[in-house]
Amino acid sequence: MKTYKLALSALAAAALVGCSSTKLDEPAPVETRPVAPTTTASNANTAPTSESKVATVDLAAQAAAAVSDKRVVYFDFDSYVVKSDYQNIIEAHAKRMNVDTKVALRLEGHTDERGGSEYNLALGQKRSEAVAKALSLVGVAAARVEPVSFGKERPVAEGHDEAAWAKNRRVELKDK
Amino acid sequence: MSAKKLNSPLPALTRRSLLGAAAALSLPALAQFRVEISGVGATQLPIALPDFRDEARSGQPVAAIIRADLERSGQFRIIDAPAGLSENSNPAWSEWRGKQADALAAGSAAKLADGRVDIRYKLWDVVKGQDLGGEAHAVAPDDVRLAAHRIADTIYQKLTGERGVFATRMAYVTKAGGRYSLRIADADGEGGQVALGSPEPIISPAWSPDGKELAYVSFETRKAVVWVQDLSTGRRRSIADFRGSNSAPAWSPDGQTLALTLSREGGSQLFLMNRNGSGLRRLTQSSAIDTEPAFAPDGKTIYFVSDRGGSPQVYRMPVSGGTPERVTFSGNYNISPAISPDGRSMAYVTRNGGGVFRVCVMDLASGNVQQISDTSEDESPSFAPNGRLLVYATRAGGRDVLMTSTLDGRIKAKLISTLADVREPTWGPFGR
Repeated sequence: MKTYKLALSALAAAALVGCSSTKLDEPAPVETRPVAPTTTASNANTAPTSESKVATVDLAAQAAAAVSDKRVVYFDFDSYVVKSDYQNIIEAHAKRMNVDTKVALRLEGHTDERGGSEYNLALGQKRSEAVAKALSLVGVAAARVEPVSFGKERPVAEGHDEAAWAKNRRVELKDK
Repeated sequence: MSAKKLNSPLPALTRRSLLGAAAALSLPALAQFRVEISGVGATQLPIALPDFRDEARSGQPVAAIIRADLERSGQFRIIDAPAGLSENSNPAWSEWRGKQADALAAGSAAKLADGRVDIRYKLWDVVKGQDLGGEAHAVAPDDVRLAAHRIADTIYQKLTGERGVFATRMAYVTKAGGRYSLRIADADGEGGQVALGSPEPIISPAWSPDGKELAYVSFETRKAVVWVQDLSTGRRRSIADFRGSNSAPAWSPDGQTLALTLSREGGSQLFLMNRNGSGLRRLTQSSAIDTEPAFAPDGKTIYFVSDRGGSPQVYRMPVSGGTPERVTFSGNYNISPAISPDGRSMAYVTRNGGGVFRVCVMDLASGNVQQISDTSEDESPSFAPNGRLLVYATRAGGRDVLMTSTLDGRIKAKLISTLADVREPTWGPFGR
C-alpha cells in the first residue's frame, strides 16, 4: 500500500512539472496543500482580515520606544559635564517631548559612594541640572523638567571599586 | 522621675514586693551595640564600681552601663571590683587604696510594690576616705537605663566638676533589609526608638536646641524634602518642599531659625527660614555649591561648605549677610563642619590623598588642625553638649558603625550594631 502511494506521488510530481492540467487517463495527482483561509471561515481562532485596514503611526509611542533604552547619562569622577557621547540621548528625549506634549521628566542625579552625603547631594543636583540644561538647549521648556538628586543614597551597584562607582555616577531620566 | 538624696535606711521589703520582685526577675535586655573601647587618656581617674546588689531585678546591667559611660568619657579608668557592696556598705579604705582606686561607687536595685524600680547608690572618695553622697532613683522599668545614665552623670560631675552627657540622646539612621529607620537612642546608642521608618533614605537629622523636635531630610517622595517632627507626638510638617532638592537643615541656637540648602533657584544655595516655615530668604549668592550650614553657638555666624574656590572647603559668614571668609586651608576636600558648644573648636571631615576621609578638629583661634581618627571613611562628626566628646560615623569590618571620641582622639569607643548599618549620628542637647 505504502509503495503504491509513493509511486503515485512520484508520478504526480513528475506530471506536474511543466503542466497545469492532467491527462484524463492518468490517476488524479494527490497533492497536499495547506488550506487557505477564506473570507467565510467560521473558525474562532482566525480573525477576519479587512481589506481596508490602515496602520496607525503613533508618533508618541514611537518616540517613547525610541528613548526606552536611553534613560541614563553617566559622568566622570567629580564632574557634572554631560559628555558628547550622550548627546543622542538628549536629542531623543527632546524629540519625544516635542511630539508628546504631556510628557514631563524628573531627572534624578546620583554620585558614587565616596564623600559626604550632603555634598554628594549637591553634586548629584549639579549633574541633573546639567542634563536639564542640555535638554533646554535643544528646545525642551524648563518647566517640563525637574532636576532632583539622590546624592550617594541610591546606588545601583553596591561594590567598592571603580567599576561600581562608574555605574553610580549617573542621571536617570524618568517620566514624572 | 526624681532622685532622692539618701538620708535614711532602705525601707524593709514587704512580702508582697518580694513576691513581685521574684515574679518579675528578668535577664538584662539584649544590647543592640557591641562596644569596643580603645586608647589611653591623658588623665584618667581610677574608679571601682562593682555590680549593684540585686541589679538583675531591675532588668538592666546597671553597674555595667555606668562603667561603660565613665570609660567612654576617656576621663576614667575602671578598676576591677567584685560584687558584694551596696550603698549601705562601709568600705575598707586600705583594701580600695591597695587596688589603686581613687573613687568607689556601690549601689542596689529593688522592685517596689507599685511596679517601679528603686535604684540607689553611694559615691566615696577613696583617697580622702570620704562619703560624697548618694541618690535614690525610683523609676518605671522602661526608664532603668536612663536612671543608670543619670547616676553616671552625677558621678562624673562630682569627680570632674563638669556636666556629664550620659543621659543625653542621640539620633541616627539605620539601614537594614532595604528599610531606613530614624532612631532616637541613649548616648551609648542603646534603647533606640524609631521616629520614622521608610523604604527610602533619610539623612541629615538635626536636633532642635530644646530637644523636642528633629529636622531631617526624607526621600519618601522620590526627592529630598526637609521635615520637622515633634518627637513625643510624632506629628510632622514638611518645611521645605520646593522645586529640586531641599536639604541640610540646621537650627539657630535660639531655635527660631533654620538654615537650609535649597536648589529652588538653581544649584545648591543656603537659605534661612523661620521655624514655622515663613520668612524664606536667601543667604549665599554664588554659582557654586554652598551647603552644610552650621550655626556658631553665639548665633551670629554660620559655618558652611562651599566649592566656590574649586573644591569643597569650610567658610563662615555673618548670619545677617556679608562676605564669606575661608576657614580650612589644608587639603583640597573639607566638609561637614560642626562647631563645639563653646565656639572654640570645629570638627570636620577631610579627604587625604588616596581617598581617605578622616575627622579633624581645628582650634579656631589658632587654625591648628589635628586629625583625630585612624579609620578611612569618616562622616558627620557631631559634638556632645558638654563639648568633651564627638560622635561620628565610619566604616569598620565592612559595616557602617558609630564612633565616639575624645577631642584629642585618644579614647575611642566603637559602637557596632548587631542589627543594622548605622549612619548620620547627631548628638542631642542636655535635658530630655
